[in-house]
Amino acid sequence: MDEIKDRLLKPSKATHEDQRGKFISYLSIGLIAVLVISILVFITIHGLAMFTQNGMKISDFLFKTDWNPGKKLIGALPMIVTSFGVTLLSALIATPFAIAVALFMTEFAPKRGAKFLQVIIELLVGIPSVIYGLIGLAIVVPAVRTIYGGTGFGILAGAIVLFVMVLPTITSLTVDSLKAVPRHYRQASLALGATRWQTIYKVILRAATPGILTAVVFGMARAFGEALAVQMVIGNAAMLPQNLTSPSATLTSQLTMGIGNTIMGTLPNNALWSLALLLLIMSLVFNLVVKLIARKGRIK
Amino acid sequence: MKKILILVSSLLLAGVFIAGCSSKSASDSSKLTIVGSTALQPLVEQAANNYQDENSGTSITVQGGGSGTGLSQISNGSVSVGNSDVFASQVSGVNTKKIVDNKVAVVGITPVVNPDTGVKNLTMQQLQDIFTGKITNWNQVGGKDEEITIINRAKGSGTRITFEQNVLDGKSAIKAQEQDSNGTVQKLVSSTSGAISYVSFSYVNSKIQAVSIDNVKPTDANVKTNAWKIWSYEHMYTTKNADASTKKFVKYVKSDKVQKTLVKKLGYIAIKDMKVSKDANNQIK
Repeated sequence: MDEIKDRLLKPSKATHEDQRGKFISYLSIGLIAVLVISILVFITIHGLAMFTQNGMKISDFLFKTDWNPGKKLIGALPMIVTSFGVTLLSALIATPFAIAVALFMTEFAPKRGAKFLQVIIELLVGIPSVIYGLIGLAIVVPAVRTIYGGTGFGILAGAIVLFVMVLPTITSLTVDSLKAVPRHYRQASLALGATRWQTIYKVILRAATPGILTAVVFGMARAFGEALAVQMVIGNAAMLPQNLTSPSATLTSQLTMGIGNTIMGTLPNNALWSLALLLLIMSLVFNLVVKLIARKGRIK
Repeated sequence: MKKILILVSSLLLAGVFIAGCSSKSASDSSKLTIVGSTALQPLVEQAANNYQDENSGTSITVQGGGSGTGLSQISNGSVSVGNSDVFASQVSGVNTKKIVDNKVAVVGITPVVNPDTGVKNLTMQQLQDIFTGKITNWNQVGGKDEEITIINRAKGSGTRITFEQNVLDGKSAIKAQEQDSNGTVQKLVSSTSGAISYVSFSYVNSKIQAVSIDNVKPTDANVKTNAWKIWSYEHMYTTKNADASTKKFVKYVKSDKVQKTLVKKLGYIAIKDMKVSKDANNQIK
């Protein structure tokens, strides 16, 4: 009798397992939280050092166009403009293609065709960015050079390379959002006598709009943060782009070019950290935009 | 549950393993880590390979990262050797008191142009005017009627510091596109019409035209007598209290064995062949 009472009153083996599981999960979450917070704090401290220690002005950093930290010129506007230029341009080219491919995969293609495309898209995601950069350097840059003149380096070459890189991201997320449109929407539309085309662009695309916009923003975030491939084709001249084929530099390309040539704790190094902070803030903004779209865009 | 336990324990094991490795390399003196200049990297890598063949107890890791990385890593003591194309005192922010300079080779740097410009010789003044933006067309210096496209190396790159110190005379270069290695510059100059840039001697090939300055040709012989002025030392910086195996390896790189064979084979100039020497302020002795 006592034995049974004992067993019932004490936590069972399963309870112990439960607690242990909880402990491990919390530990992992805690570790990741500490990691993320320390990265944020670290970049923020270093990124602000230029303004606190070296006495530079934030307004100079954001709005001036002369970048030469070695000589105390810290205008980052050329990089900001170029980063947004390549990002917007590549997303602009990639989105129609991505929507077309996604529509084909979800609405038209036979199962095998859709699967085949899926494999190709996954393959495109998996290709390392240095390879995109090499192809850009070997094919895109000379092509731009022969067609438009100049050196071939610039926003146009960068946007073309990024177009290929963000296409799979936008496509696969768009596919997900198209698949998430409830089946009865399609059925109801067809039952009302709408053609397939009318169903697609009046019902399916409308219902999937928040998802597609999210896909585009994710693609833009990837384009904005891409460093290596862009650095190889952008030309890396820290000046305001005069046109799409004049050499310029993005935030990321300036970082990868400069970091090996600067000394920790000096102004040129701190200036690079400020660029990194700017990148971090921008990616947070992209995330916020995604959240906003998800909340506001839903069909009611 | 089991899976999680396995995962966690394997992670812990991995952590212990990594920690073990790093603490070992800190205490075990026969493991050398060398970082820095990409211009010097091929020589040090090759020398390290040969050295390890002869001394099986030593393991040497050679990494690039740039002269800046090399200098900052050695000045805070986190590596065995920091490679640099420039004197530590030429770079602000490096604590030169803690480190020792070892010059291991000399590199000549030459301006190069795309062959279609039709230019084979420039005066020092013309070269300066091109990089400061006063001359913008090749026909102003006796070439074809074609716009000049300047390709620079990244700010702070050793090659660029050396080039600007010897050519620009304190003036600053106009803004132009920047590339981060000799190799990319070589490819770009050969494929872009009207392009001018500068590379170390070993990167000159038949597709790009090396330019003489004031009718002096960019050759090793001219560097040795300082008739050709654009050259720099390759430095291997160590800490003042470097351990025995670090000193031994640096000594090996400076020995005749390396200087007479590898250094020449890889396109550098041996220190002993130099008839002049330069200090950090670019003064010739």
